[in-house]
Amino acid sequence: MKTTTKLWIGLGVLAILSPIGLYVPALCKAGSAWGEWTPDEVHGLVGFIPKGLEKLGALWKAPLINYTLKGWENHGATHMGIAYIISAIIGIGLCIGLAFVVGKILSKKDKNHG
Amino acid sequence: MHIPDGYLGPVTSIAGYAVMIPLWIIASRQVKKNLAAKQVPLLAIGAAFSFVIMMFNIPVPGGTTGHAVGAVLVAILLGPWAATIAVSVALVIQALLFGDGGITAIGANCFNMAFILPFTGYAVYRLISSRSHVKSFRRVAAAGIAGYIGLVIASLVAGIEFGLQPLLHHTTSGQALYCPYGLKVAITSMVAGHALVFGWVELIVTALVVKFLQVQDPALLEQQIGVGE
Repeated sequence: MKTTTKLWIGLGVLAILSPIGLYVPALCKAGSAWGEWTPDEVHGLVGFIPKGLEKLGALWKAPLINYTLKGWENHGATHMGIAYIISAIIGIGLCIGLAFVVGKILSKKDKNHG
Repeated sequence: MHIPDGYLGPVTSIAGYAVMIPLWIIASRQVKKNLAAKQVPLLAIGAAFSFVIMMFNIPVPGGTTGHAVGAVLVAILLGPWAATIAVSVALVIQALLFGDGGITAIGANCFNMAFILPFTGYAVYRLISSRSHVKSFRRVAAAGIAGYIGLVIASLVAGIEFGLQPLLHHTTSGQALYCPYGLKVAITSMVAGHALVFGWVELIVTALVVKFLQVQDPALLEQQIGVGE
């Protein structure tokens, strides 16, 4: 089997295993990453919400925010896990697509033609 | 290490883009010069790998979370400039679609994770692995140590960016407008988490994949020596 084929399969395996990155922190009751708190969490930490943080924080409404699907947020751990896998597949697909476009534009043409 | 919108004031956000735009242009030129058409799938795999490995959040029990980035691995396979492109692709998609990292912070986040990280790591890798056989254990060790150091240095830079905010932007009464923590707390927190936990994950991931490629396809580990020089 070609190495790239194995690496493609590896990406698929990582996508399916990705909910580990959702469940393990939840089991350990770990909070947000440092510096990635919601404005409310910042309030809990320092007693106020910095004005610029509150304003800029609401700047962009990402369609799949936090790797969840709309309306699936409160449907329990299984839904969250499935949404996480779907997010991983969408994200991997878009990365591949975008990187291929960039790569095709930038890569050297076959020497026979150049 | 994905700085969200609202944590960096305009000075740092704009500086992030101002630094990254020329770096993206240089990266494009370097990749154009060195990337063969048959390596494009590897670039795509690199971007996708970086994207998905960042979804594996690792907890510090009772505390915060973090993750590996995979940038040094891409740098080892395709050169550091290609890693800049691949990781930037992942970070832009994470910011736009998943709200992971702010859109005003794309420049800064790419600087930390798509520039500082792969370049620091790649330099360490070249230093430690120099003149070693492609199948030697030294290559594996070099890759792991490079991943660790790259991630820790990137977290230090992110910590500085966070920590500068209360100095740069505050109300007349001294209340922070963006990230509320100063340099000491921000740097300590960022570096501690990455040096104690997340860096080790980057080390293991980078070393394991290099080990796998030594067995599977050592040619992949040889072809990029010279890129970016």
